[in-house]
Amino acid sequence: MLILLIAVLYQCLPLPSCLLLSARSYRPPGEVTAIDKPNDSGSVIRLEWTLSPDDETIDGYTILRRTADDTVYTKVGSTIHGVAGFEDEKAQDGVQYQYVVAAIKNGEMVSSEPTAMVTSYPQLFHTGRINVLLCIAAFALTLLYFVFRARTGQNLFIRKIAGLAAVDEAVGRATEMGKPILYVPGLGDIDWTATIASMNILGEVAKKIALYDSALIVPNRWSVTYTVSKEVVKEAFVSEGSPEKFKEEYVRYVTEAQFGFAAAITGIMMREKPATNFFIGRFWAESLIMAETGAQTGAFQIAGTDSVLQLPFFVTACDYTLIGEELYAASAYLSREPLLLGSLKAQDYGKLVVLLILFGFTVISFFGIDLLPILRVQ
Amino acid sequence: MKRKLPLAICFFMGISMMIQFFIPHPTSLNFGSMIYKWIIVLMAFALVLAIGNLIRHHGFKIQKGKEDWPYSIVTLTSMVAMAIIGLAWGIDPDSLYQSIYLNIMAPLGGTMFALLAYYMASAAYRAFRARSLEATLLLISAFVVMIGFMPFGQYIHPRFPAFAEWIMKVPNMASQRGILLGVAFGSIATALKIILGIERSWLGGKE
Repeated sequence: MLILLIAVLYQCLPLPSCLLLSARSYRPPGEVTAIDKPNDSGSVIRLEWTLSPDDETIDGYTILRRTADDTVYTKVGSTIHGVAGFEDEKAQDGVQYQYVVAAIKNGEMVSSEPTAMVTSYPQLFHTGRINVLLCIAAFALTLLYFVFRARTGQNLFIRKIAGLAAVDEAVGRATEMGKPILYVPGLGDIDWTATIASMNILGEVAKKIALYDSALIVPNRWSVTYTVSKEVVKEAFVSEGSPEKFKEEYVRYVTEAQFGFAAAITGIMMREKPATNFFIGRFWAESLIMAETGAQTGAFQIAGTDSVLQLPFFVTACDYTLIGEELYAASAYLSREPLLLGSLKAQDYGKLVVLLILFGFTVISFFGIDLLPILRVQ
Repeated sequence: MKRKLPLAICFFMGISMMIQFFIPHPTSLNFGSMIYKWIIVLMAFALVLAIGNLIRHHGFKIQKGKEDWPYSIVTLTSMVAMAIIGLAWGIDPDSLYQSIYLNIMAPLGGTMFALLAYYMASAAYRAFRARSLEATLLLISAFVVMIGFMPFGQYIHPRFPAFAEWIMKVPNMASQRGILLGVAFGSIATALKIILGIERSWLGGKE
């Protein structure tokens, strides 16, 4: 009867402090600490404790709290036995709380010593992301250094990228044959960096098309990429002094369906027989369907993607393939703008530093020192 | 002004979202979620433009009687029909809209996906012709991996499956990680170049 009464009280009523500290055959958890959860937007207090010595025999733990003005504790949560932590997500920022953690068995509780008063508040800086901030700052400074060096007119050597060197040939071929050029900016939406890189390349390719007076087809899977690619092509024609050559039909919206899009592209290839196909951007399983169809129509094909799984398909079916980072270097390579070429140097030095860090960390790990937590992002 | 305004907006938004990543304060989170809501609104406007383009393109094909113009009628009719059905009877799991999608659209997508097997065969034939040293290496490693992952592989040699797995996990994984490292730096550099206004190809180039 007494147990039942306590159980009812525990479930229904705020518990007075006196009920919490009673002697039982099992012991409470120890060393309960309560702190404001770091790097969050507030309203969360993190509790940790050492397990009760009788952890195996109890049902679990109940977490209770009170404010500085309250005299009784109220339940805020519970855990099963074996768990030594809890996050109170219902705290009010700026309010002082005190917690106790009670071991519970058959509805009876034995509580720990109360914690010190604690207050939750939102943080203004995420300290767990300092490593990211430092890396971005270091890379941005390196990038700016090489950009300013390039601005002074210093000649920067950039290795030849066969796929990009062939762009002129690809556009010229289409002009000679009197056939259009198909440019597929990938199947990723505009929030994919590969799509953004593809838009930069599209701008450079469109300039050459404006110069050579060829026809262009740019099918798009997403409405936003459609509007962006349309503006990019239009601006390219304007910058080449031929705005009148731009036609609305050059840039098309097709469909969001992945294989519907692939079907549309293969249909365009079979009907309009483009002389040159560009597949630049983010691709998934449909990559081979498009590239193989293009190969079967005899088109000259240049592909570029950062999707590692699709690269072998493009390498197999296309004449040239931009592999990974070459996709991001393409705009600089094609435009030959010194500022953009300078940024490529920064990329190369960034990779060198990362390789040195990986090598250094690997060597240090042989001595039993794990430095990887430094690189972990929260 | 036509160039400076987009560059200024790009710089402000890029830097703001970058700073937002480092500030967990509710004001910062609210700013981030507000921007994401704006993106949805912009996408809705872009969709109107995209549908307009689709109607204009296919309408033009039908009007001029271009090659395969009847397909354009199918496209426009399907689009209008689905829009009407969705708006009139809803898109609940048991609605006509979902029924059409699951019984027509999904099988059509599956059919296109199934074609991939045939394209793989023709691409494999082209790739595995040992015309160069690289193609020969590709042929040998593909052969070893394929045999190694087949149950038959262990009868050729008990260590065959382990060797095939080693090819996948060591040389293959090492080269993939090398590519991914370059991709990561390329992505960061592209983002920084656009935010800082160094990359302007999307605006028609420098000036």
